[in-house]
Amino acid sequence: MKRFIPFVLSLLFLATSALCGCGEVEEMEIEYAEGTLNFDYSELSGTEVKVYNWGNYISDGADGTIDVNEEFEKLTGIKVIYDNYDSNESLYAKLASGGADYDVVIPSDYMIGRLISEGYLEEINFSNIPNYEFIDQAYKNTQYDPENRYSVPYNVGKVGIIYNTYMVEGTPTSWSLMWDENYKGKILNFNNSRDAFAIAQFYNGIDINTTDKAELDKAFDSLVEQKQILQSYVMDEVFNKMESGEAAIAPYYAGDFFTMYGNNEDLAFYYPEEGTNVFIDAACVLKGAKNKKAAELYINFLMDPAIAQANAEYIYYASPNTEVIKNEDYLAFLEELHPDAYDILYGDVDNPKDDSFIDLPAETKSYMTEKWTQLGATSTEESGNDIVYGICIVLLALIMFWFAFSTVRKKTRERMYD
Amino acid sequence: MKHLSRIYISLIFLLLYAPIIVMVIFSFNSSESLSVFEGFSLKNYQEVFRNSEVIGAFKNTLILAVATAAISGILGTAAAVGISRMRARYIRRSVLSVTNIPMMNPDIVTGVSLMLLFVSAGTIIGLETTLSFWTLLIAHVTFSLPYVILSVLPKIKQMDKHLTEAAMDLGCTPLSAFFKVELPCIMPGVVSGMLMAFTLSLDDFLISYFVTGSGFQTLPIYIYSAVKRGVRPSLYAANTIIVLAVLVLLILINFVGDKDDKPKARKEK
Amino acid sequence: MNKRSSLLQKFVAAPYIVWSVLFIVVPLVMVVYYTFTDSNAKFTLDNIYTLLEPDYVSIFVRSVAYSFIATVVCLIIAFPLAYFISQSKPTTQKTAMMLIMLPMWTNLIIRTFSLSNIIADEGVINSLLQSIGLQIHMIDSPFAVILGMVYNYLPFMALPIYTVISKLDKNVVEAAQDLGCNKFMVITKIIMPLSKSGIISGITMVFVPAISTFYISQKLGGTNSRLIGEEIEAAFMSSGDKNFGSAISLVLMILIMLSIAVMNKFSDDEEDGGMIL
Repeated sequence: MKRFIPFVLSLLFLATSALCGCGEVEEMEIEYAEGTLNFDYSELSGTEVKVYNWGNYISDGADGTIDVNEEFEKLTGIKVIYDNYDSNESLYAKLASGGADYDVVIPSDYMIGRLISEGYLEEINFSNIPNYEFIDQAYKNTQYDPENRYSVPYNVGKVGIIYNTYMVEGTPTSWSLMWDENYKGKILNFNNSRDAFAIAQFYNGIDINTTDKAELDKAFDSLVEQKQILQSYVMDEVFNKMESGEAAIAPYYAGDFFTMYGNNEDLAFYYPEEGTNVFIDAACVLKGAKNKKAAELYINFLMDPAIAQANAEYIYYASPNTEVIKNEDYLAFLEELHPDAYDILYGDVDNPKDDSFIDLPAETKSYMTEKWTQLGATSTEESGNDIVYGICIVLLALIMFWFAFSTVRKKTRERMYD
Repeated sequence: MKHLSRIYISLIFLLLYAPIIVMVIFSFNSSESLSVFEGFSLKNYQEVFRNSEVIGAFKNTLILAVATAAISGILGTAAAVGISRMRARYIRRSVLSVTNIPMMNPDIVTGVSLMLLFVSAGTIIGLETTLSFWTLLIAHVTFSLPYVILSVLPKIKQMDKHLTEAAMDLGCTPLSAFFKVELPCIMPGVVSGMLMAFTLSLDDFLISYFVTGSGFQTLPIYIYSAVKRGVRPSLYAANTIIVLAVLVLLILINFVGDKDDKPKARKEK
Repeated sequence: MNKRSSLLQKFVAAPYIVWSVLFIVVPLVMVVYYTFTDSNAKFTLDNIYTLLEPDYVSIFVRSVAYSFIATVVCLIIAFPLAYFISQSKPTTQKTAMMLIMLPMWTNLIIRTFSLSNIIADEGVINSLLQSIGLQIHMIDSPFAVILGMVYNYLPFMALPIYTVISKLDKNVVEAAQDLGCNKFMVITKIIMPLSKSGIISGITMVFVPAISTFYISQKLGGTNSRLIGEEIEAAFMSSGDKNFGSAISLVLMILIMLSIAVMNKFSDDEEDGGMIL
């Protein structure tokens, strides 16, 4: 048994050396834009840049794609330390705790607004980001960063409804599909308050950034009504549930629809006519970044057309990079992905009712949280919770009885010995 | 009775292993789907080996788990021995109560409370970044220690106290009596405690999530953030590799352990 | 000699005592501090009052009920398992216990996800059942959550019980048999009472993670199984309200301690497994 630890260590050693050996892939020639090459990287060579990004949100070399971080290290000699988070809120929690020291983060629009107003972000020196010129004008001067001082758009997208053409009749166009009793038990919704409320708000024609409690109550009532016919609140489970046909209807991000479509061609996608949530995820530099210039160069690298294209082809989300959208390889790639991929991602049928999230006042946030808890606390009639409580009571009664019985028996026996 | 027990054990093992079997099967799936098996392929495994993030996270996880098992094994065994010898009942009681806290504390509370501690301690000392590999290690050792102590304590209790006394009467110092007599007796408890610590550390997500700093990402943290865009079969493949590696390791340990046991058994006779 | 050894032994536990004060006691004090303050560090009881609202009470009740049933089921499954294993050959015993631990080496998220693939409506079990024309709806229900808890935490119950049973003095069992006990009586009258410490450790090791889980209920529970763990997670991670999150945590801790205190009250010998409160 004493040999246990050496075993683990040697196994670890063997495993890692084996893994490193397999990791080598043939060289790939990448044609960088001038804005990427026109830097003297040597002064920063050997330093490191710490990047905090959404999980699975960068081309990582899987299936012969470009490993973006590795290419950056190769080009610049700057080491990339790369970690993942799973939601804007957990990113915020990490930053607020003061425990992390990242240089680059990539939050969404409303969270960028919040980080700016709370002083977490550093102004970017755009002379280090010449590739910013490739960014579509539509994604500049945004509501959250009106003067383009803090953020560089990385990906954009919209929420839509994914449905199974076998299970859903006709071609739906509205959010009301998610309230359709014909599909009871086959509908999914987001498992986070902001996104779930937004759907009910679009459905009811309410502003998604409303701070009016009466309006929030109305959206809440719709969610309660919907809960009766809902299968589950989901985030990542949506992929498996939609691909397997377990669920028929789910709201999710346009880019992710293509992943699901790749595994189940019966799936279709549309943007509801009542409008939908538009999001921009953008790269920012954190205040107090230890290696600010390297951070800016990293962002610049992400904006390089070749790299942006690699990311767009890996993530499937829409790129704000004009060069990518013009690229013929990319267009061919989209064509192969899904016949309507271009229209879904870049179609200019912009719905005026579409809207983006804005950071809500603290009071509204906590009211929404409160309502969300209330929604989670209620049980629908067929929940099975009553049976669970019943079983509990029976079990408790049995245990009490057993203890009472054994105590009495013990006492009787003691008396006998006396 | 014999048959009944065999059937029962097999049934429970089926329950325990069904998800693992499904995971292994789908790790060989040629399509990205986790619900329809379309054909055999090794591409998920290639993807694992090519993904530097997964490999790095895997390495970090193993380093952390081994370090946690080693430190909590030593510290926990020493603590258990010390606790079992404590004479003052109230001290003993209070130490044991404190020991139980991390077990009765939900992981998320342990994680958050430790994070609060590290961050405020960091500001007091004046460190710029407070969360790092070391805070992660401290947290893991903290939540593993009770498991080590609680699996060693019963062994000490069950051990014949006279053995140690006899050893000391025969000229052993308390220290050598401990290493020659007591430690071998409580070793099964120490090992199962360390295994537990290793397992807990390997599997822990929540506590790590709060106390990890930048640049040291463990596999559970990577997986949790990666599945936001769907569980991919390559994650099944990565876990299959881990399970196989551990299985081989366990078989080896069993095999070696048997060899060690035999001469001892003969001596006893 | 005795004096020397006791000095040494006091020293042996010292590092641990320092460690536990620093990393167990102090952090808990901070949780208490956050519970009774607001975001401006002023004293308040609001966090506690919010928790007394019916929504939170019902989520608490639900969490206790689920984890209670899961713990009982684990005990019912694990005790015979541990007993049967302890009765087999030593090598088989070792292998069996290793195999019980092995599933723990796969990631909880992946394991739970895989379990949901099995019990889904389009999953493995139902596609097998379909061939004989049956379909059982299992996933997205309280029972799926309880199954997930049992599956994930069963090893934590089996391990301590086995450890205690395997160390029982065989002579006691033989004596009981000589005095006329049959196999069943040996189990209920001798082995069960003597393995109480293991059972109590096991109950704690299952009940605590079960009551505070948030991943299992999220994955398997559908819309009606929101548990207290999810509330804590949401408080810290989504709304970023450390004070309220601390308050939920504190109440949950008190609840767990009460449950364990009650359990210890019932099992009369107080010190066996080192489980004292």
